[in-house]
Amino acid sequence: MWLLKRAAFYLLVGAIVLIAVFPFYYAIVTSLKSGTELFQADLWPKAPGLGNYRNVLAEGAFARNLLNSLVVSGAVVALSLFLGVTAAYALARIRFRGRSALLFAILSVSMFPPVAVLAGLFELVRMFGLYNSLFALIFSYMIFTLPFTVWVLTAFVRDLPVEVEEAAILDGATPWIIITRIFLPLMWPALATTGLLAFIGAWNEFLFALTFTSNDARRTVPVAIALLSGNSQFEIPWGNIMAASVIVTVPLVMLVLIFQRKIVSGLTAGGVKG
Amino acid sequence: MRQRVRSAWLFLAPMLLVLAAAAGWPLSRTVYFSFTDASLSDLDARQWVGFANYVSVLRMPSGRVIHDGLLLDPVWWSAVWNTVRFAVVSVTCETILGMVVALVLNAEFPGRGIVRAAILIPWAIPTIVSAKMWQWMLNDQFGIINVVLINLGLIDHKIAWTASADTAMAAVLIVDIWKTTPFMALLILAALQMLPREIIEVAKLDGANPWQIFWRVTLPLIRPAVMVAVIFRALDALRIFDLIYVLTPNNAHTKSMSVFARENLFEFDKFAYGSAASTLLFLILALLTILTIRIGRISLEGGR
Repeated sequence: MWLLKRAAFYLLVGAIVLIAVFPFYYAIVTSLKSGTELFQADLWPKAPGLGNYRNVLAEGAFARNLLNSLVVSGAVVALSLFLGVTAAYALARIRFRGRSALLFAILSVSMFPPVAVLAGLFELVRMFGLYNSLFALIFSYMIFTLPFTVWVLTAFVRDLPVEVEEAAILDGATPWIIITRIFLPLMWPALATTGLLAFIGAWNEFLFALTFTSNDARRTVPVAIALLSGNSQFEIPWGNIMAASVIVTVPLVMLVLIFQRKIVSGLTAGGVKG
Repeated sequence: MRQRVRSAWLFLAPMLLVLAAAAGWPLSRTVYFSFTDASLSDLDARQWVGFANYVSVLRMPSGRVIHDGLLLDPVWWSAVWNTVRFAVVSVTCETILGMVVALVLNAEFPGRGIVRAAILIPWAIPTIVSAKMWQWMLNDQFGIINVVLINLGLIDHKIAWTASADTAMAAVLIVDIWKTTPFMALLILAALQMLPREIIEVAKLDGANPWQIFWRVTLPLIRPAVMVAVIFRALDALRIFDLIYVLTPNNAHTKSMSVFARENLFEFDKFAYGSAASTLLFLILALLTILTIRIGRISLEGGR
Protein backbone atom coordinates (compact mmCIF):
# COMPACT_ATOMS: atom_id res chain seq x y z
CA MET A 1 0.00 0.00 0.00
CA TRP A 2 2.74 2.41 1.01
CA LEU A 3 4.70 1.47 -2.10
CA LEU A 4 1.63 2.02 -4.28
CA LYS A 5 1.11 5.46 -2.80
CA ARG A 6 4.75 6.38 -3.38
CA ALA A 7 4.53 5.14 -6.96
CA ALA A 8 1.37 7.17 -7.61
CA PHE A 9 3.01 10.24 -6.11
CA TYR A 10 6.10 9.94 -8.28
CA LEU A 11 3.92 9.30 -11.32
CA LEU A 12 2.19 12.60 -10.60
CA VAL A 13 5.53 14.36 -10.13
CA GLY A 14 6.77 12.87 -13.40
CA ALA A 15 3.65 14.01 -15.24
CA ILE A 16 4.01 17.56 -13.90
CA VAL A 17 7.64 17.81 -14.97
CA LEU A 18 6.93 16.27 -18.39
CA ILE A 19 4.04 18.62 -19.15
CA ALA A 20 5.97 21.66 -17.94
CA VAL A 21 9.14 20.95 -19.88
CA PHE A 22 8.05 19.10 -23.01
CA PRO A 23 6.82 22.01 -25.20
CA PHE A 24 10.11 23.85 -24.74
CA TYR A 25 12.09 20.67 -25.34
CA TYR A 26 10.13 20.04 -28.53
CA ALA A 27 10.78 23.62 -29.70
CA ILE A 28 14.54 23.03 -29.26
CA VAL A 29 14.33 19.73 -31.14
CA THR A 30 12.37 21.33 -33.97
CA SER A 31 14.84 24.20 -34.22
CA LEU A 32 17.66 21.69 -34.80
CA LYS A 33 15.86 19.87 -37.61
CA SER A 34 16.02 20.84 -41.24
CA GLY A 35 14.40 20.05 -44.58
CA THR A 36 11.72 17.37 -44.67
CA GLU A 37 12.70 16.15 -41.23
CA LEU A 38 10.86 19.16 -39.80
CA PHE A 39 7.59 17.59 -40.80
CA GLN A 40 8.13 14.32 -38.98
CA ALA A 41 7.11 14.38 -35.36
CA ASP A 42 10.30 12.74 -34.07
CA LEU A 43 11.43 13.35 -30.53
CA TRP A 44 15.08 13.55 -31.56
CA PRO A 45 16.65 15.24 -34.59
CA LYS A 46 18.32 12.64 -36.85
CA ALA A 47 20.74 15.13 -38.33
CA PRO A 48 20.88 18.03 -35.88
CA GLY A 49 22.18 21.30 -37.32
CA LEU A 50 22.24 24.98 -36.56
CA GLY A 51 20.96 25.99 -40.00
CA ASN A 52 17.74 27.50 -38.66
CA TYR A 53 19.68 29.66 -36.21
CA ARG A 54 21.97 30.86 -38.98
CA ASN A 55 18.96 31.72 -41.14
CA VAL A 56 17.18 33.63 -38.43
CA LEU A 57 20.21 35.67 -37.41
CA ALA A 58 21.35 36.36 -40.95
CA GLU A 59 18.05 37.05 -42.65
CA GLY A 60 15.89 40.05 -41.93
CA ALA A 61 16.28 42.15 -38.86
CA PHE A 62 16.17 39.59 -36.07
CA ALA A 63 19.56 40.55 -34.63
CA ARG A 64 18.37 44.13 -34.65
CA ASN A 65 15.11 43.11 -32.95
CA LEU A 66 17.11 41.40 -30.20
CA LEU A 67 19.09 44.57 -29.65
CA ASN A 68 15.86 46.61 -29.56
CA SER A 69 14.40 44.30 -26.93
CA LEU A 70 17.56 44.55 -24.83
CA VAL A 71 17.65 48.34 -25.04
CA VAL A 72 13.97 48.73 -24.23
CA SER A 73 13.98 46.25 -21.35
CA GLY A 74 17.21 47.68 -19.90
CA ALA A 75 15.91 51.24 -20.04
CA VAL A 76 12.58 50.20 -18.55
CA VAL A 77 14.33 48.51 -15.62
CA ALA A 78 16.62 51.49 -14.96
CA LEU A 79 13.83 54.04 -15.19
CA SER A 80 11.26 52.17 -13.13
CA LEU A 81 13.81 51.35 -10.41
CA PHE A 82 14.91 54.98 -10.20
CA LEU A 83 11.36 56.31 -10.02
CA GLY A 84 10.35 53.43 -7.75
CA VAL A 85 13.12 53.92 -5.16
CA THR A 86 12.52 57.63 -4.64
CA ALA A 87 8.75 57.13 -4.50
CA ALA A 88 9.03 54.14 -2.17
CA TYR A 89 11.14 56.13 0.27
CA ALA A 90 8.54 58.89 0.42
CA LEU A 91 5.61 56.47 0.63
CA ALA A 92 7.12 54.26 3.31
CA ARG A 93 8.96 56.72 5.53
CA ILE A 94 7.28 60.10 5.42
CA ARG A 95 3.82 60.60 6.87
CA PHE A 96 1.61 62.89 4.86
CA ARG A 97 -2.08 63.27 4.19
CA GLY A 98 -3.53 61.05 1.47
CA ARG A 99 -0.68 58.55 1.57
CA SER A 100 -2.76 55.40 1.64
CA ALA A 101 -5.18 56.76 -0.96
CA LEU A 102 -2.18 57.44 -3.18
CA LEU A 103 -0.84 53.90 -2.73
CA PHE A 104 -4.25 52.55 -3.62
CA ALA A 105 -4.45 54.73 -6.73
CA ILE A 106 -1.02 53.53 -7.86
CA LEU A 107 -2.03 49.91 -7.35
CA SER A 108 -5.26 50.45 -9.26
CA VAL A 109 -3.24 51.45 -12.32
CA SER A 110 -1.94 47.89 -12.51
CA MET A 111 -5.55 46.74 -12.93
CA PHE A 112 -5.91 48.82 -16.13
CA PRO A 113 -6.50 46.73 -19.22
CA PRO A 114 -3.70 47.89 -21.57
CA VAL A 115 -6.22 48.25 -24.39
CA ALA A 116 -8.03 50.95 -22.40
CA VAL A 117 -5.07 53.31 -22.71
CA LEU A 118 -4.13 52.27 -26.24
CA ALA A 119 -6.12 54.93 -28.13
CA GLY A 120 -5.00 57.76 -25.84
CA LEU A 121 -1.39 56.58 -25.85
CA PHE A 122 -1.42 56.37 -29.62
CA GLU A 123 -2.48 60.01 -29.84
CA LEU A 124 0.17 61.02 -27.31
CA VAL A 125 2.91 59.05 -29.04
CA ARG A 126 2.07 60.55 -32.41
CA MET A 127 1.78 64.05 -30.99
CA PHE A 128 5.32 63.88 -29.62
CA GLY A 129 6.65 62.30 -32.80
CA LEU A 130 7.56 59.09 -30.97
CA TYR A 131 5.63 56.78 -33.28
CA ASN A 132 7.85 53.93 -34.47
CA SER A 133 10.57 54.73 -31.95
CA LEU A 134 11.79 52.77 -28.95
CA PHE A 135 11.03 55.72 -26.66
CA ALA A 136 7.33 55.12 -27.19
CA LEU A 137 7.76 51.59 -25.85
CA ILE A 138 9.94 52.58 -22.89
CA PHE A 139 7.44 55.24 -21.91
CA SER A 140 4.34 53.08 -22.28
CA TYR A 141 5.83 50.11 -20.39
CA MET A 142 5.92 52.27 -17.27
CA ILE A 143 2.19 51.55 -16.94
CA PHE A 144 2.77 47.99 -15.87
CA THR A 145 6.26 48.08 -14.33
CA LEU A 146 5.90 51.19 -12.18
CA PRO A 147 2.90 50.31 -9.97
CA PHE A 148 4.38 46.92 -9.18
CA THR A 149 7.87 48.31 -8.50
CA VAL A 150 6.58 51.07 -6.23
CA TRP A 151 4.36 48.64 -4.36
CA VAL A 152 7.03 46.04 -3.65
CA LEU A 153 9.77 48.55 -2.84
CA THR A 154 7.47 50.46 -0.49
CA ALA A 155 6.68 47.26 1.39
CA PHE A 156 10.41 46.51 1.59
CA VAL A 157 11.46 49.96 2.84
CA ARG A 158 8.70 49.90 5.46
CA ASP A 159 10.24 46.74 6.96
CA LEU A 160 13.73 48.23 7.26
CA PRO A 161 14.72 49.31 10.79
CA VAL A 162 14.06 52.99 11.50
CA GLU A 163 17.15 53.40 13.69
CA VAL A 164 19.68 53.65 10.86
CA GLU A 165 17.75 56.43 9.30
CA GLU A 166 17.18 58.30 12.55
CA ALA A 167 20.90 58.36 13.25
CA ALA A 168 21.49 59.82 9.81
CA ILE A 169 18.82 62.47 10.31
CA LEU A 170 20.44 63.47 13.60
CA ASP A 171 23.70 63.83 11.71
CA GLY A 172 21.90 66.24 9.42
CA ALA A 173 21.65 64.06 6.33
CA THR A 174 19.20 65.18 3.63
CA PRO A 175 16.56 62.77 2.30
CA TRP A 176 18.56 62.38 -0.91
CA ILE A 177 21.66 61.33 1.05
CA ILE A 178 19.52 58.97 3.13
CA ILE A 179 18.19 57.28 -0.01
CA THR A 180 21.47 56.96 -1.87
CA ARG A 181 23.84 56.23 1.03
CA ILE A 182 21.66 54.29 3.46
CA PHE A 183 18.69 52.73 1.71
CA LEU A 184 20.15 51.83 -1.64
CA PRO A 185 22.81 49.48 -0.23
CA LEU A 186 20.21 47.79 1.97
CA MET A 187 17.70 47.48 -0.83
CA TRP A 188 19.68 45.27 -3.22
CA PRO A 189 17.56 42.15 -2.73
CA ALA A 190 14.31 44.00 -3.45
CA LEU A 191 15.89 45.90 -6.35
CA ALA A 192 17.11 42.67 -7.93
CA THR A 193 13.67 41.07 -7.66
CA THR A 194 11.65 43.98 -8.99
CA GLY A 195 14.24 44.76 -11.65
CA LEU A 196 14.15 41.18 -12.85
CA LEU A 197 10.36 41.10 -13.01
CA ALA A 198 10.27 44.45 -14.80
CA PHE A 199 12.83 43.13 -17.29
CA ILE A 200 10.76 40.01 -17.98
CA GLY A 201 7.60 42.08 -18.33
CA ALA A 202 9.20 44.47 -20.80
CA TRP A 203 10.93 41.67 -22.72
CA ASN A 204 7.62 39.84 -23.21
CA GLU A 205 5.31 42.79 -23.92
CA PHE A 206 3.41 42.50 -27.18
CA LEU A 207 0.39 44.82 -27.52
CA PHE A 208 2.17 48.18 -27.30
CA ALA A 209 5.15 46.95 -29.30
CA LEU A 210 2.82 45.75 -32.05
CA THR A 211 0.89 49.02 -32.12
CA PHE A 212 3.61 51.64 -31.74
CA THR A 213 6.18 50.29 -34.16
CA SER A 214 5.71 49.88 -37.88
CA ASN A 215 8.86 48.49 -39.47
CA ASP A 216 11.22 45.58 -39.01
CA ALA A 217 14.11 47.68 -37.73
CA ARG A 218 12.12 49.01 -34.77
CA ARG A 219 10.32 45.87 -33.66
CA THR A 220 11.05 43.99 -30.48
CA VAL A 221 11.42 40.22 -30.56
CA PRO A 222 7.89 39.15 -29.54
CA VAL A 223 6.44 41.14 -32.44
CA ALA A 224 9.16 39.93 -34.80
CA ILE A 225 8.41 36.30 -33.92
CA ALA A 226 4.66 36.79 -34.24
CA LEU A 227 5.11 38.30 -37.69
CA LEU A 228 7.86 35.96 -38.92
CA SER A 229 6.54 34.52 -42.16
CA GLY A 230 7.83 32.67 -45.17
CA ASN A 231 7.69 33.43 -48.86
CA SER A 232 4.03 32.60 -49.09
CA GLN A 233 1.10 32.36 -46.75
CA PHE A 234 1.19 28.58 -46.91
CA GLU A 235 4.84 28.20 -46.22
CA ILE A 236 5.32 28.99 -42.57
CA PRO A 237 9.04 28.72 -41.66
CA TRP A 238 8.56 26.64 -38.51
CA GLY A 239 12.26 25.85 -38.19
CA ASN A 240 13.16 29.54 -38.16
CA ILE A 241 10.32 30.43 -35.81
CA MET A 242 11.41 27.77 -33.33
CA ALA A 243 15.04 28.85 -33.55
CA ALA A 244 14.03 32.46 -32.88
CA SER A 245 11.82 31.30 -30.01
CA VAL A 246 14.67 29.38 -28.43
CA ILE A 247 17.07 32.33 -28.80
CA VAL A 248 14.58 34.62 -27.07
CA THR A 249 13.66 32.18 -24.33
CA VAL A 250 16.99 30.68 -23.28
CA PRO A 251 18.35 33.82 -21.58
CA LEU A 252 15.03 34.25 -19.82
CA VAL A 253 14.86 30.66 -18.60
CA MET A 254 18.46 30.93 -17.37
CA LEU A 255 17.70 34.16 -15.49
CA VAL A 256 14.61 32.65 -13.94
CA LEU A 257 16.38 29.47 -12.88
CA ILE A 258 19.36 31.33 -11.43
CA PHE A 259 17.21 33.80 -9.52
CA GLN A 260 14.48 31.30 -8.67
CA ARG A 261 14.15 32.27 -5.05
CA LYS A 262 14.17 36.00 -5.70
CA ILE A 263 11.48 35.69 -8.33
CA VAL A 264 9.24 33.54 -6.22
CA SER A 265 9.52 35.94 -3.30
CA GLY A 266 8.86 38.89 -5.63
CA LEU A 267 5.79 37.25 -7.12
CA THR A 268 4.33 36.47 -3.74
CA ALA A 269 5.08 39.99 -2.49
CA GLY A 270 3.29 41.43 -5.50
CA GLY A 271 0.51 38.91 -5.54
CA VAL A 272 -0.32 37.96 -2.01
CA LYS A 273 0.36 41.22 -0.24
CA GLY A 274 -1.07 43.31 -3.06
CA MET B 1 8.67 67.97 9.63
CA ARG B 2 7.11 70.22 7.05
CA GLN B 3 10.36 70.13 5.14
CA ARG B 4 10.16 66.33 5.13
CA VAL B 5 6.63 66.41 3.75
CA ARG B 6 7.76 68.77 1.03
CA SER B 7 10.62 66.48 0.11
CA ALA B 8 8.17 63.55 0.07
CA TRP B 9 6.16 65.22 -2.67
CA LEU B 10 9.36 66.13 -4.47
CA PHE B 11 10.38 62.46 -4.49
CA LEU B 12 6.93 61.33 -5.52
CA ALA B 13 6.50 63.89 -8.28
CA PRO B 14 8.52 62.17 -11.05
CA MET B 15 6.76 58.83 -10.52
CA LEU B 16 3.33 60.42 -10.35
CA LEU B 17 4.01 62.52 -13.43
CA VAL B 18 5.06 59.48 -15.44
CA LEU B 19 2.06 57.48 -14.28
CA ALA B 20 -0.32 60.33 -15.02
CA ALA B 21 1.17 60.78 -18.49
CA ALA B 22 1.31 57.08 -19.32
CA ALA B 23 -1.93 55.92 -17.71
CA GLY B 24 -4.27 58.65 -16.47
CA TRP B 25 -4.18 61.00 -19.42
CA PRO B 26 -4.38 58.30 -22.14
CA LEU B 27 -7.30 56.66 -20.35
CA SER B 28 -9.24 59.92 -20.26
CA ARG B 29 -8.47 60.47 -23.97
CA THR B 30 -9.74 57.00 -24.83
CA VAL B 31 -13.00 57.74 -23.03
CA TYR B 32 -13.22 61.09 -24.81
CA PHE B 33 -12.59 59.54 -28.24
CA SER B 34 -15.42 57.10 -27.62
CA PHE B 35 -17.84 60.04 -27.70
CA THR B 36 -16.50 61.37 -31.01
CA ASP B 37 -16.29 60.18 -34.60
CA ALA B 38 -12.46 60.27 -34.73
CA SER B 39 -10.81 58.13 -37.40
CA LEU B 40 -7.29 56.73 -37.46
CA SER B 41 -6.23 58.64 -40.58
CA ASP B 42 -7.08 62.00 -39.05
CA LEU B 43 -7.55 62.07 -35.30
CA ASP B 44 -7.95 65.84 -35.22
CA ALA B 45 -10.91 66.04 -37.59
CA ARG B 46 -13.40 64.75 -35.07
CA GLN B 47 -16.78 65.80 -33.83
CA TRP B 48 -18.66 65.14 -30.65
CA VAL B 49 -21.33 62.54 -31.31
CA GLY B 50 -22.51 61.77 -27.80
CA PHE B 51 -23.39 58.15 -27.19
CA ALA B 52 -23.70 57.31 -30.90
CA ASN B 53 -20.83 54.81 -30.72
CA TYR B 54 -22.56 52.99 -27.91
CA VAL B 55 -26.11 53.09 -29.14
CA SER B 56 -27.78 55.13 -31.84
CA VAL B 57 -31.16 55.27 -33.50
CA LEU B 58 -31.30 56.31 -37.13
CA ARG B 59 -34.58 57.27 -38.75
CA MET B 60 -34.38 56.85 -42.51
CA PRO B 61 -36.46 59.09 -44.82
CA SER B 62 -38.31 55.95 -45.86
CA GLY B 63 -39.55 55.61 -42.29
CA ARG B 64 -37.32 52.66 -41.48
CA VAL B 65 -35.62 52.88 -38.09
CA ILE B 66 -32.08 51.53 -37.77
CA HIS B 67 -30.58 50.77 -34.38
CA ASP B 68 -26.84 50.74 -34.25
CA GLY B 69 -23.90 50.95 -31.85
CA LEU B 70 -21.64 48.85 -29.70
CA LEU B 71 -24.33 47.81 -27.23
CA LEU B 72 -26.35 46.33 -30.09
CA ASP B 73 -23.38 44.79 -31.91
CA PRO B 74 -23.57 40.96 -31.85
CA VAL B 75 -19.82 40.75 -32.59
CA TRP B 76 -19.07 42.74 -29.44
CA TRP B 77 -21.34 40.58 -27.31
CA SER B 78 -19.78 37.45 -28.70
CA ALA B 79 -16.37 38.91 -27.74
CA VAL B 80 -17.69 39.58 -24.24
CA TRP B 81 -19.00 36.02 -23.99
CA ASN B 82 -15.73 34.55 -25.30
CA THR B 83 -13.72 36.54 -22.78
CA VAL B 84 -15.92 35.67 -19.81
CA ARG B 85 -16.02 32.01 -20.78
CA PHE B 86 -12.25 31.99 -21.18
CA ALA B 87 -11.70 33.72 -17.85
CA VAL B 88 -14.02 31.44 -15.87
CA VAL B 89 -12.72 28.17 -17.31
CA SER B 90 -9.03 29.11 -17.29
CA VAL B 91 -8.99 30.53 -13.77
CA THR B 92 -10.95 27.56 -12.40
CA CYS B 93 -8.62 25.02 -13.99
CA GLU B 94 -5.51 26.98 -13.03
CA THR B 95 -6.63 27.19 -9.42
CA ILE B 96 -7.38 23.47 -9.13
CA LEU B 97 -4.25 22.35 -10.96
CA GLY B 98 -2.17 25.00 -9.17
CA MET B 99 -3.42 23.63 -5.88
CA VAL B 100 -2.41 20.09 -6.88
CA VAL B 101 1.07 21.21 -7.95
CA ALA B 102 1.46 23.32 -4.80
CA LEU B 103 0.51 20.39 -2.56
CA VAL B 104 3.02 18.19 -4.39
CA LEU B 105 5.77 20.79 -3.97
CA ASN B 106 4.86 21.24 -0.32
CA ALA B 107 5.60 17.58 0.37
CA GLU B 108 9.22 16.67 1.08
CA PHE B 109 10.78 14.36 -1.48
CA PRO B 110 14.15 14.05 -3.17
CA GLY B 111 14.29 16.16 -6.34
CA ARG B 112 11.80 18.75 -5.15
CA GLY B 113 14.10 21.58 -6.24
CA ILE B 114 14.24 20.21 -9.77
CA VAL B 115 10.45 20.01 -9.99
CA ARG B 116 10.13 23.57 -8.77
CA ALA B 117 12.64 24.73 -11.37
CA ALA B 118 10.82 22.76 -14.07
CA ILE B 119 7.46 24.34 -13.41
CA LEU B 120 9.02 27.80 -13.62
CA ILE B 121 9.87 27.19 -17.27
CA PRO B 122 6.34 27.66 -18.73
CA TRP B 123 6.03 30.84 -16.72
CA ALA B 124 9.39 32.16 -17.98
CA ILE B 125 8.58 31.63 -21.65
CA PRO B 126 7.19 34.77 -23.33
CA THR B 127 3.49 34.45 -24.19
CA ILE B 128 4.14 34.97 -27.88
CA VAL B 129 6.75 32.22 -27.89
CA SER B 130 4.49 29.79 -26.07
CA ALA B 131 1.69 30.62 -28.50
CA LYS B 132 4.02 29.78 -31.41
CA MET B 133 5.38 26.63 -29.77
CA TRP B 134 1.89 25.31 -29.16
CA GLN B 135 0.69 26.41 -32.57
CA TRP B 136 3.40 24.18 -33.98
CA MET B 137 2.55 21.27 -31.69
CA LEU B 138 -1.15 21.70 -32.49
CA ASN B 139 -0.52 22.08 -36.24
CA ASP B 140 -3.13 20.09 -38.16
CA GLN B 141 -0.77 18.43 -40.65
CA PHE B 142 2.54 18.00 -38.85
CA GLY B 143 1.76 18.71 -35.21
CA ILE B 144 3.00 16.17 -32.70
CA ILE B 145 -0.26 16.22 -30.74
CA ASN B 146 -2.32 14.98 -33.71
CA VAL B 147 0.32 12.35 -34.48
CA VAL B 148 0.32 11.06 -30.89
CA LEU B 149 -3.47 11.06 -30.61
CA ILE B 150 -3.86 9.18 -33.90
CA ASN B 151 -1.24 6.61 -32.89
CA LEU B 152 -3.03 6.09 -29.60
CA GLY B 153 -6.29 5.64 -31.53
CA LEU B 154 -8.01 8.48 -29.67
CA ILE B 155 -8.93 10.35 -32.86
CA ASP B 156 -9.40 9.00 -36.39
CA HIS B 157 -8.57 12.11 -38.39
CA LYS B 158 -6.25 15.07 -37.93
CA ILE B 159 -7.85 18.00 -36.12
CA ALA B 160 -7.17 21.64 -37.04
CA TRP B 161 -7.01 22.62 -33.37
CA THR B 162 -6.40 26.34 -33.69
CA ALA B 163 -8.59 26.92 -36.74
CA SER B 164 -11.78 24.92 -36.34
CA ALA B 165 -14.72 26.43 -34.50
CA ASP B 166 -15.13 23.68 -31.88
CA THR B 167 -11.53 23.43 -30.77
CA ALA B 168 -10.07 26.95 -31.10
CA MET B 169 -11.18 28.01 -27.63
CA ALA B 170 -9.97 24.71 -26.18
CA ALA B 171 -6.55 25.34 -27.76
CA VAL B 172 -6.37 28.82 -26.21
CA LEU B 173 -7.37 27.38 -22.84
CA ILE B 174 -4.80 24.60 -22.99
CA VAL B 175 -1.96 27.03 -23.69
CA ASP B 176 -3.08 29.53 -21.08
CA ILE B 177 -3.53 26.87 -18.40
CA TRP B 178 -0.13 25.40 -19.25
CA LYS B 179 1.52 28.78 -18.99
CA THR B 180 -0.22 30.19 -15.92
CA THR B 181 -0.72 27.21 -13.61
CA PRO B 182 2.90 27.60 -12.34
CA PHE B 183 2.12 31.15 -11.21
CA MET B 184 -0.92 29.93 -9.29
CA ALA B 185 1.05 27.01 -7.86
CA LEU B 186 3.82 29.29 -6.58
CA LEU B 187 1.38 31.68 -4.91
CA ILE B 188 -0.51 28.83 -3.26
CA LEU B 189 2.77 27.18 -2.26
CA ALA B 190 3.87 30.39 -0.54
CA ALA B 191 0.61 30.39 1.44
CA LEU B 192 1.04 26.71 2.32
CA GLN B 193 4.55 27.26 3.60
CA MET B 194 3.38 30.02 5.93
CA LEU B 195 1.01 27.62 7.70
CA PRO B 196 2.20 26.62 11.16
CA ARG B 197 3.06 22.92 11.13
CA GLU B 198 1.63 22.36 14.60
CA ILE B 199 -1.95 22.78 13.42
CA ILE B 200 -1.61 19.93 10.95
CA GLU B 201 0.23 17.80 13.51
CA VAL B 202 -2.62 18.30 15.97
CA ALA B 203 -5.20 17.37 13.35
CA LYS B 204 -3.21 14.21 12.60
CA LEU B 205 -3.09 13.29 16.28
CA ASP B 206 -6.85 13.74 16.42
CA GLY B 207 -7.07 11.01 13.80
CA ALA B 208 -8.01 13.11 10.78
CA ASN B 209 -7.09 11.56 7.42
CA PRO B 210 -5.19 13.62 4.81
CA TRP B 211 -8.40 14.31 2.87
CA GLN B 212 -10.11 15.72 5.97
CA ILE B 213 -7.02 17.72 6.89
CA PHE B 214 -6.99 19.33 3.45
CA TRP B 215 -10.67 20.27 3.39
CA ARG B 216 -11.13 21.16 7.06
CA VAL B 217 -7.78 22.65 8.05
CA THR B 218 -5.50 23.56 5.14
CA LEU B 219 -8.01 24.98 2.69
CA PRO B 220 -9.83 27.31 5.11
CA LEU B 221 -6.48 28.65 6.30
CA ILE B 222 -5.04 29.41 2.86
CA ARG B 223 -8.36 30.58 1.42
CA PRO B 224 -7.63 34.35 1.72
CA ALA B 225 -4.32 34.00 -0.15
CA VAL B 226 -5.93 31.81 -2.81
CA MET B 227 -8.76 34.29 -3.26
CA VAL B 228 -6.32 37.15 -3.85
CA ALA B 229 -4.49 35.05 -6.44
CA VAL B 230 -7.78 34.13 -8.12
CA ILE B 231 -8.86 37.77 -8.32
CA PHE B 232 -5.53 38.82 -9.80
CA ARG B 233 -5.69 36.04 -12.35
CA ALA B 234 -9.31 36.76 -13.24
CA LEU B 235 -8.58 40.43 -13.92
CA ASP B 236 -5.62 39.33 -16.02
CA ALA B 237 -7.67 36.79 -17.94
CA LEU B 238 -10.39 39.31 -18.75
CA ARG B 239 -7.93 41.52 -20.63
CA ILE B 240 -6.31 38.69 -22.59
CA PHE B 241 -4.88 39.77 -25.94
CA ASP B 242 -1.49 38.31 -26.98
CA LEU B 243 -2.27 34.63 -26.81
CA ILE B 244 -5.54 34.82 -28.75
CA TYR B 245 -4.16 37.27 -31.30
CA VAL B 246 -1.22 35.01 -32.14
CA LEU B 247 -2.57 31.50 -31.56
CA THR B 248 -5.95 31.85 -33.28
CA PRO B 249 -5.78 34.90 -35.56
CA ASN B 250 -9.06 36.16 -37.05
CA ASN B 251 -11.16 33.52 -35.36
CA ALA B 252 -14.63 34.70 -34.33
CA HIS B 253 -14.89 31.88 -31.78
CA THR B 254 -12.01 33.09 -29.64
CA LYS B 255 -12.04 36.85 -30.26
CA SER B 256 -11.74 38.57 -26.86
CA MET B 257 -12.80 42.06 -25.87
CA SER B 258 -9.23 43.35 -26.13
CA VAL B 259 -8.78 41.83 -29.59
CA PHE B 260 -12.11 43.31 -30.70
CA ALA B 261 -11.07 46.76 -29.45
CA ARG B 262 -7.65 46.74 -31.10
CA GLU B 263 -9.05 45.43 -34.34
CA ASN B 264 -11.49 48.32 -34.57
CA LEU B 265 -8.92 50.88 -33.45
CA PHE B 266 -6.13 50.03 -35.86
CA GLU B 267 -7.29 47.54 -38.46
CA PHE B 268 -10.87 48.48 -39.37
CA ASP B 269 -10.36 52.25 -39.23
CA LYS B 270 -13.12 52.61 -36.65
CA PHE B 271 -11.02 54.43 -34.09
CA ALA B 272 -13.91 55.92 -32.14
CA TYR B 273 -15.80 52.63 -32.10
CA GLY B 274 -12.70 50.83 -30.84
CA SER B 275 -12.30 53.51 -28.16
CA ALA B 276 -15.88 52.83 -27.07
CA ALA B 277 -15.08 49.12 -26.77
CA SER B 278 -11.91 49.92 -24.77
CA THR B 279 -13.92 52.18 -22.49
CA LEU B 280 -16.51 49.48 -21.87
CA LEU B 281 -13.79 46.92 -21.13
CA PHE B 282 -12.26 49.34 -18.64
CA LEU B 283 -15.63 49.94 -16.99
CA ILE B 284 -16.34 46.22 -16.70
CA LEU B 285 -12.95 45.59 -15.08
CA ALA B 286 -13.22 48.59 -12.77
CA LEU B 287 -16.68 47.50 -11.66
CA LEU B 288 -15.52 43.94 -11.04
CA THR B 289 -12.52 45.18 -9.04
CA ILE B 290 -14.66 47.41 -6.84
CA LEU B 291 -17.20 44.62 -6.42
CA THR B 292 -14.61 42.04 -5.36
CA ILE B 293 -13.03 44.48 -2.92
CA ARG B 294 -16.46 45.20 -1.43
CA ILE B 295 -17.49 41.56 -1.21
CA GLY B 296 -14.07 40.60 0.14
CA ARG B 297 -14.35 43.17 2.91
CA ILE B 298 -17.87 42.09 3.87
CA SER B 299 -16.95 38.42 4.07
CA LEU B 300 -13.85 39.29 6.09
CA GLU B 301 -15.93 41.20 8.61
CA GLY B 302 -18.51 38.43 8.71
CA GLY B 303 -15.77 35.95 9.48
CA ARG B 304 -14.64 37.79 12.58
